[in-house]
Amino acid sequence: MSADSKVSTQTVAPLHPSSTNRKPSDKEKSWAENTLRPTLAKNPERQAEFTTISAYPIQRLYTPADLSGWDAERDLGYPGEPPYTRGIHSTMHRGRLWTMRQFAGFGAAEDTNQRFRYLLSQGQTGLSTAFDLPTLMGYDSDHPLSEGEVGKCGVAISSLADMEVLFDKIPLANVTTSMTINSPAAVIWAMYLAVAEKQGADWKKISGTLQNDILKEYIAQKEYIYPPEPSMRLVIDTFEFGVKNTPKFNTISISGYHIREAGSTAIQELAFTLRDGLEYVEWGMRRGLDVDEFVPQLSFFFNAHNDFFEEIAKYRAARRIWHKAMVERYKSQNPRSWALRFHTQTAGCSLTAQQPYNNVVRTAIQALAAVLGGTQSLHTNSLDEAWALPTEFAATIALRTQQIIAHETGVANTVDALGGSYFVETLTNEVERGAWDYIEKIDALGGMVAAIERGYPQREISEASYRYQMEVDKKEKIIVGVNDFVTKEKPLETLQIDETVAARQAERLSKLRTERSSDEVARRLSALRKAAQGTENLMPYLFDAVKSYATLGEICDAMREVFGTYEEIAIT
Amino acid sequence: MPEKKIRVLIAKPGLDGHDRGAKIIARALRDAGMEVIYTGLRQTPEMIASAAVQEDVDVIGLSILSGAHNTLCPQLMSLLRDKGMDDVTVVLGGIIPEADIPALKKVGIAEIFLPGTSTQDIVQFIHKRLAQ
Repeated sequence: MSADSKVSTQTVAPLHPSSTNRKPSDKEKSWAENTLRPTLAKNPERQAEFTTISAYPIQRLYTPADLSGWDAERDLGYPGEPPYTRGIHSTMHRGRLWTMRQFAGFGAAEDTNQRFRYLLSQGQTGLSTAFDLPTLMGYDSDHPLSEGEVGKCGVAISSLADMEVLFDKIPLANVTTSMTINSPAAVIWAMYLAVAEKQGADWKKISGTLQNDILKEYIAQKEYIYPPEPSMRLVIDTFEFGVKNTPKFNTISISGYHIREAGSTAIQELAFTLRDGLEYVEWGMRRGLDVDEFVPQLSFFFNAHNDFFEEIAKYRAARRIWHKAMVERYKSQNPRSWALRFHTQTAGCSLTAQQPYNNVVRTAIQALAAVLGGTQSLHTNSLDEAWALPTEFAATIALRTQQIIAHETGVANTVDALGGSYFVETLTNEVERGAWDYIEKIDALGGMVAAIERGYPQREISEASYRYQMEVDKKEKIIVGVNDFVTKEKPLETLQIDETVAARQAERLSKLRTERSSDEVARRLSALRKAAQGTENLMPYLFDAVKSYATLGEICDAMREVFGTYEEIAIT
Repeated sequence: MPEKKIRVLIAKPGLDGHDRGAKIIARALRDAGMEVIYTGLRQTPEMIASAAVQEDVDVIGLSILSGAHNTLCPQLMSLLRDKGMDDVTVVLGGIIPEADIPALKKVGIAEIFLPGTSTQDIVQFIHKRLAQ
């Protein structure tokens, strides 16, 4: 065991639930004595302790005694009003269903364009773009490090020319698009805005979401290019640009999804994500931006894991924490800054390679938690998640899962159906308290950038992830088809990525490089380099550079020269 | 005389940053008494082969989730051969479609561990393989 892993953490000893100092009613005491005790004497429970998938202890029964001091009017309130426990809109899914937004991307731009148009034709209501690893890391498809990765995990985008193909015949004025891109987010966004401009779409009216969340890259997903300081500058540049030019665009999607996938607990996901959010708010304010101008453009993105009630409590607590932080810490006056809007994706890491059709069931239950938790948009994973990118067949079932929840189950007919449940309200309180403990700990470390540099959130997640794996290995946590209920089965048919993508991309890039004006490209890259050395907002320079068809790799390299690159100290 | 500890290099080739699996395996093998070196992220096959020589390891564990295994694994195996490291046991874990497994075994990957494999199974495999 390394020295690092001996550091004591919160994850090993979960917080004591509030129910330890509860005062049960006489009726409850009599039930415990006369009904419960004889039952336990005869039939002990299945386990000595029951815990969530995050190892959080769950009690046998929740009663009014668990909610002493809790005030329904104050702590629950009404939907569309602070503290937003019940949701951010007064009518929630009765007014408008969540956006069904399936993440898609593979191969070259024309391959993904075709999948996008298929999904829209099947009733999907928004687009969500997955980029391949070279794009996420700011390398062109023909860079030596891109070998073997082009078009594999998402679509390959190396220049504005690729972006034009990606959104061909998709009217950006009407379709909202989410783009999962982080370190090179500002560059990709400049390309998107250039396509919108070319289509004649009004920037003031277009809507969509840029993931642009670099902090969770350092914490969990690890697709970073530059060190934290210049990376944060680029993020704040997009905030500033967005306030002036694209008021309806979410300039960031502050993401817990990847933190959870990396193995965190639900409380860690919530706490680190919201603390990241506060970090962005503080950096924006330091730039001189008005909280109530830029914060309404910040959105969130959470995971929906297997533990149904824990997830619902997490979403409810998230809204309450954000409202409190905005009002108390930053004196926000604008209700649009107080209301935490979020996208949800069901948990990829919960899906199994074994008996893959079971994943449809897992995903449906996770999606249900997201809907009951009041999500604004949702991606449901495909049953072949643990094998490859989804086939069209698998992706269609995933979309149909959402449509069944929306139109057949009746859960969208009322707002916050679980509000007032002793269990859900208690768990919401406890999850909220657990998250505040972490948030305050990170405050004490000097904020999230400082905490990341010390490896604090990374280490907390590693501990939780290892502990969970040990529980699975020891069968303390059961995964159906993996460590219990195992059967032999025949292999699943998976999507094959056309191996010619890399060659097609290389050819397209070499053609682009001969056809564009290399003088113009050099001039604009040099202007970008110079601006990067100063403090100006880089968005106009990036926009100029992409319009000259400078490639993603060239633009990111220009900034690498000025900003340098980041290497983490690996913790195992 | 105490038995020589098994030396393992855990490596993340390619551009992918999803290191949850690699880190869990590194720690589980260490807890099982092996000496584990973790390369960190984004290692080229050249970097991994050099590290394997330098650290004189018995086992290389690769973690690939990006779909680049069909390119990266043959490259690494040929580099290891060039460096006279034919005897090193190379295992692979990650998101690997079943159809790709025969070709990976053919280039010399000793075993492919799919999602859901327990850490004890990997420990046992290494012990058994090195005892041969």
